[in-house]
Amino acid sequence: MAERMVWCEHLQRRFGSFVAVKDLNLDIRQGEIFGFLGPNGAGKTTAIRMLCGLLQPSGGTGSVAGYDIFTQREQIKRQLGYMSQRFALYEDLSVRESVEFYGGIYGLDTALAVQRAINVLTEFGLDPNLKLLIKSLPVGYRQRLALACSLLHDPPLLVLDEPTSGVDPQARRAFWKVINRLADQGKTIIVTTHFMDEAEYCHRLLIMNFGVVVAQGRPSELKTAHRSQNMQQLFLQLVSGD
Amino acid sequence: MIQINGLSHHYGLLPALNDINLSIPAGELHGLIGPDSAGKTTLIRLLCGLLPLQLGEVSVFALPVRTQFAVVRARVGYMPQRFSLYQDLTVEENLLFFARLFGVSKVQRTALMAELYAFSQLESFKDRKAGALSGGMKQKLALSCALIHRPELLLLDEPTYGVDPVSRQEFWQMLQRINGEGTTLVVSTPYMDEAELCQRVSLLHAGHILRTDTPSTLIGSWRKQVVAIRSPRLREVEQVVLNHPELESCQLFGNELHVVLPEGEAKRLLADVQAALAPYQATLQPIRPGMEDIFLSYMQMAAQNTGTVQHG
Repeated sequence: MAERMVWCEHLQRRFGSFVAVKDLNLDIRQGEIFGFLGPNGAGKTTAIRMLCGLLQPSGGTGSVAGYDIFTQREQIKRQLGYMSQRFALYEDLSVRESVEFYGGIYGLDTALAVQRAINVLTEFGLDPNLKLLIKSLPVGYRQRLALACSLLHDPPLLVLDEPTSGVDPQARRAFWKVINRLADQGKTIIVTTHFMDEAEYCHRLLIMNFGVVVAQGRPSELKTAHRSQNMQQLFLQLVSGD
Repeated sequence: MIQINGLSHHYGLLPALNDINLSIPAGELHGLIGPDSAGKTTLIRLLCGLLPLQLGEVSVFALPVRTQFAVVRARVGYMPQRFSLYQDLTVEENLLFFARLFGVSKVQRTALMAELYAFSQLESFKDRKAGALSGGMKQKLALSCALIHRPELLLLDEPTYGVDPVSRQEFWQMLQRINGEGTTLVVSTPYMDEAELCQRVSLLHAGHILRTDTPSTLIGSWRKQVVAIRSPRLREVEQVVLNHPELESCQLFGNELHVVLPEGEAKRLLADVQAALAPYQATLQPIRPGMEDIFLSYMQMAAQNTGTVQHG
């Protein structure tokens, strides 16, 4: 079995008397694509922020890439790349400036960062034109550039927060081809999405509601267990309670 | 309700819309679908007078937008692509702000707000700051603000961006209710299941309208056979299909592959594919295509015609 990448038991987080995440148990292996699903406000973001070392848990135990999520949060941050569709790149920067900016954050040499970005963009099937301004690029290109930036320091774990929100069906498929290829190369990927066809592309996933995991497993297992035709139906069934 | 003739728009040297002609009757729920940078947002912004017209004419309520945009804007509700309410104001303060902005009288205001609260189920959150609402509730509030002056026409630019499936369903039930009460709606969306809920849709690509029709006509007149393939080894199956020289397209749809068989050759090719996939425990099922099949097919054709590959 592949190496353990993300693990936690009874993880929880309270904000005052409000329990945002209750009893989260995970065992994500290297090379897995793991999906986090749930309505807005279900606790997905809180759970992910704890796993990224951005938020101290209130209880439980866990580790990411071998580092403890209570005591080694700084080390964890260096093991992961993070990308969100909501904010990814500064519109007024060029492609080169964006790469230099992200490379700088990760403490990479500028020339190395640019070379890595060129390699990754070429691999993603994009023409690496470094002079173009971000605002002149189509959303599908921007999105893959943002992903390339999150990969500059070659992290073993990628966290993608709604990477395809507002993206058309064609561009979404191109993006998932890239995600699959990265997983094949051994990257572990945690992804959130509101597109239920994308939930099917995850190796395993969980569905959260009101801070609690209401289902976890392979898409096919979950559909069989809940007698659902597809993920959309399963989601509506588990989350709206009818 | 809306009449668009020969509408073109450029941002500097960059063309955004090219010779758009479209007529939308009163009471229609009209969908705009197309890839990013197809021109959907530009079209919506031109319709409500938020962008100055360059070439061509647009009339709304039989009024020319070029000269009467202020009059038109006062009768149109507009919900922009990204959340644009005041995050530091409460739900109620946002509604009051938009009511005053559109000159809704105090008497009307009370009745309208009560109606919108009942409709959106936001009343119990009226003292919560907009920034603290969940994604689905934010969109309901934005919709309520766009409806506060009882517009005859409502323009919505990707209103379900980042909204979960349950809230998305609730949101569309609200849209259908507004439409049922007689309001004309123009909605852009990247969700093809939402496109199927529209009475007519326009397919946009690179600033052109490729087609405008009802979803059922678009699907019915598309005379290609789609086959859904399932297999425990779907990614290997995909490779086999992609390597087949005669198949037009092959796309992942969740846990299925949709393969498009060219007209006239469907029967022979189906048998051919079935034989090639024998080692993969694959099941093949001819299906009725959905809007997403149609969308992907049109985009592929458009890309071949213009020689551009939009998304690598």
